[in-house]
Amino acid sequence: MTDLNVPARGRPVVLGAPGPEPTVRGRFEDFGGQFVPETLIPALEELEREFRAAWASDEFRAEFADLLTSYAGRPTPITECHNLSERLGVRVILKREDLTHTGSHKINNVLGQALLTKRMGKQRVIAETGAGQHGVATATACALFGLDCTVFMGAVDVERQALNVWRMQLLGAEVVPVQSGSRTLKDAVNDALRDWVATVESTHYCIGSVVGPHPYPWIVREFQRVVGDEARAQCLAALGADPDVVVACVGGGSNAIGTFTGFVDGPARLIGVEAGGLGIESGRHGASVARGVPGILHGARSLFLQDEAGQILEAHSISAGLDYPGVGPEHAALAAIGRAEYVSATDDVALEGFRLLSVCEGIVPALEPAHAIGWLARAVGDEVPLGSTVLVTLSGRGDKDAAQVAEILRQRDA
Amino acid sequence: MNLESHLRARREAGARLLVPYVTGGLGHDWTDVVRAVVDAGADAVEIGIPFSDPVMDGPTIQAASQRALDAGATPTSILADARTLDVGIPLAVMTYCNLVFHAGCVRFAEALRDAGIAGAILPDLPLGEIGEWADAADAADVETVMLAAPNTTDERLAAICARSRGFVYGVSLMGITGERASLADSATRIASRAKAATDLPVLLGVGISTPEQAAEASTVADGVVVGSALIARLLEGGGPAGAHELIASFRAALDASD
Repeated sequence: MTDLNVPARGRPVVLGAPGPEPTVRGRFEDFGGQFVPETLIPALEELEREFRAAWASDEFRAEFADLLTSYAGRPTPITECHNLSERLGVRVILKREDLTHTGSHKINNVLGQALLTKRMGKQRVIAETGAGQHGVATATACALFGLDCTVFMGAVDVERQALNVWRMQLLGAEVVPVQSGSRTLKDAVNDALRDWVATVESTHYCIGSVVGPHPYPWIVREFQRVVGDEARAQCLAALGADPDVVVACVGGGSNAIGTFTGFVDGPARLIGVEAGGLGIESGRHGASVARGVPGILHGARSLFLQDEAGQILEAHSISAGLDYPGVGPEHAALAAIGRAEYVSATDDVALEGFRLLSVCEGIVPALEPAHAIGWLARAVGDEVPLGSTVLVTLSGRGDKDAAQVAEILRQRDA
Repeated sequence: MNLESHLRARREAGARLLVPYVTGGLGHDWTDVVRAVVDAGADAVEIGIPFSDPVMDGPTIQAASQRALDAGATPTSILADARTLDVGIPLAVMTYCNLVFHAGCVRFAEALRDAGIAGAILPDLPLGEIGEWADAADAADVETVMLAAPNTTDERLAAICARSRGFVYGVSLMGITGERASLADSATRIASRAKAATDLPVLLGVGISTPEQAAEASTVADGVVVGSALIARLLEGGGPAGAHELIASFRAALDASD
């Protein structure tokens, strides 16, 4: 990168020390692993080797930190929500990933993986996307680095998210509508994996969350931990201590892992908010920790929504970013050892959160973190004691959801 | 019936080995399809237990899997059907490891044995993750067929061949299942590398679409697995008669290539 770059907020990103590697064969407790066709093994071994070397290299880390600073607009601030705090009776602080370039935390991971792609000498990148946030972020990084980009997106989502499809195409990406299975995010991952089996020698698969075979959950966590590392330092500066509670929404779980990793060795309670959809009892939700059972999908052992025979069920959420029937293996491990708690917020509670933050603070959240806000508003005085200090990761901004929410509210008011 | 000893005996008798793949639960008459391909000259039959997310499969087998699942097929129902098959040649199941681990490796392996299934092919269970399943399968006398890909290193290939039971499944190309216009150059290369690494029968699969391609593949390999070409015929409504006709044409081409 050139010396002409000026850090966006005057202070460049300082990366924290690399975190611990998963144990042998990519395990977090009993979860993780590498359950993939033999054809992908050499690429996963190469990726692990290259990432380990890159992550230990000052040069790579400096290049990544510079991109996060001068291109993505990091560090993102924390914002104390005075109005919301007064209303709820807890001190609410937001980590503002909505203020990054492309509008969500997804950019952190794709910039890191784009650097890895260059380092491996590959020219083509594939990605899956649900609502299109990771697809747009990947297309953005590929435009920046001159890489060929193909994004797999469920045909249902292509229809629902026409604007993001156009954005990806504008950025030079090819968007492939996925017609298999339920034609949503899970199937987009399937088709990306199928493409990769055939193109693996020239193509990098840029997975968008802390899911997939080892080493992806480790790599994506390390690229996203800047969220939590920054937030902890900012909390220490502002509060003189860790917050009492740290809350983040969980689909696959990348913003949550990125956040939790900054606080996991401290005293803060860690709470992941999953998609409650139409209600856990309805069976139409995305609460994989609450209602999933151990299984193997997309290359890893983790918690997945399944039927009695082990067929994967479709998830449901108002938010396409949480519409995934599984969760990253490190979340499954954090839940198993009791270090993090996992709760859920229904579509309706997420809509409450969406409105609440907009009205109280002038910040329109994406529907994904609106689950965290909505959950918190209802949990104060119960799961979250009055007077607590709560950090919520605002993983993205709500522009992408404005049309959808407007339509839902219009129908309800009618 | 033991998969490896049967295939070895057939090979020693001079046969090129032919293993058709049939999706379990695809049509109410799927067991008749199995009988038909046996009658047409199969040396063993691979029975697919459909999974909701088959990442190693192309559109043809995906469609067959979905159709079977929509018709209510489960691992339990397919194994119950398979138990009624008494075809005189060994059967192997091909499925994805979630169904195995969901049931539990020991239970699944014992269910295969009880259904008279000799072997198991799990394309998303590579060498590094095979321990728990391999122990259960070995204990139940279920032969676990391992896959070797064109980009598998020599070192891994040796380990794969050493761990494989029944036969070694050579993946003929970089890609997923489905019909191809011609036999990939990588097919005979992986077959000859595997043959050099093991005395087990080596079969090529993935993309073996026509009798001519099967014959060409068998100039190096001991035989072939034929999946999508057969499933496409079944999806078109070919039924047991269509399956018989197609597999007989593969048999004839393989026999003529000697």
